[in-house]
Amino acid sequence: MLISLVREHTEQMNPPRALWVPFDLGRPMGAPDEPDFQRRVLESGLSLLAEKSGPVLADFPDDAPGSKPEDMSGWVCPVNLAPADADEAESCLRAQLEQEMTALQPWYDLQLEQKGRTTVGVGADNIRDSAKLIAGFLEDPSIDSPCDYRPLALMLKYNAEDLKAWYFEAATAQPGGSGRELADWFWKATTAGKSLLQLASTMRACDNKGLQALGTKGIVPRAYEHLVP
Amino acid sequence: MVRLSDLSEFEAEHLLALDCPQFSDSPFAEGPDLKDARVALITSAGLSRRDDSTFRPGATDYRVIPGDIASGELVMSHVSTNYDRTGFAQDLNVVFPIDRLREMETDGTIGSAAGFHYSFMGATEPEALEESARQLAGLLKEDKVNAVFLTPV
Repeated sequence: MLISLVREHTEQMNPPRALWVPFDLGRPMGAPDEPDFQRRVLESGLSLLAEKSGPVLADFPDDAPGSKPEDMSGWVCPVNLAPADADEAESCLRAQLEQEMTALQPWYDLQLEQKGRTTVGVGADNIRDSAKLIAGFLEDPSIDSPCDYRPLALMLKYNAEDLKAWYFEAATAQPGGSGRELADWFWKATTAGKSLLQLASTMRACDNKGLQALGTKGIVPRAYEHLVP
Repeated sequence: MVRLSDLSEFEAEHLLALDCPQFSDSPFAEGPDLKDARVALITSAGLSRRDDSTFRPGATDYRVIPGDIASGELVMSHVSTNYDRTGFAQDLNVVFPIDRLREMETDGTIGSAAGFHYSFMGATEPEALEESARQLAGLLKEDKVNAVFLTPV
């Protein structure tokens, strides 16, 4: 039984049993921390096992909780991330990133305590090392990969995703933000987002094909491509 | 929500332009009664255990996820940035409903959850995944799985 996120694709592929769901890409079960709703999706999909003939493409009838515009909470970041003074605003990106992460650290720690789980750790064991790698590359794109068995492009990709995950986890210690609100906040209102936009630009300008490829398609979502310097 | 009509014109056009494999037939088979179903989860979300190797761009292999995995032991190394990851950051089950499946096993709704579940990394040419998929089918049979629940991202 296949969950279908894009009905048009499923119609073309024609699998034996599929349940189309009206959910965002990345959320095949609807919404986080909504166990009853997730259970309904799972049960609806598995109920298609009872169909005696196929192929079958059914439609899940309900939108995910919190997904409609009227459900948007007007979420705001729990921390004021604006530079404290002119000196801080003028400081280098590395220092700004460190300041920002220090401000968010209590919220990340709170989320970790609440959930007992983090998704950070694909690129590095310590998120500060992720930030240092990205800042270091921006300062000097000729650096070597810090890992013997992973090329620099892949390390930058993995550490960029870790940085995003860390920020999202910190932000969601205060519940209520939709995926769109959180993404807008990250890419438009954080130094980390600004760093990754610059990272994409710098990677694309390198001679190395791997850096070019991942810099072009692997760092910044299409929806925020217009922000890349 | 992924009704194409709700997306920007650019995003909708991009999704519609993607090549999807098309097949001459659909291998429909009779399904088990739910109370007799042994269900495995398979996702294309690029999930792996922390101590396992991550997925690389173009990966055609899969990762094994033990049925008793703790949620904090799974990380995501999918290559695409063009889907929402904030849900996964908050709750594994929005991508990989392992806790919901366990609950259905515990309350007798399904026969059992599989001993092992699996993840691919979906941003790969589908035809390139066939060999791994066939190998995986053999593993599912060994595990007496008679139903799979597939989640994309």
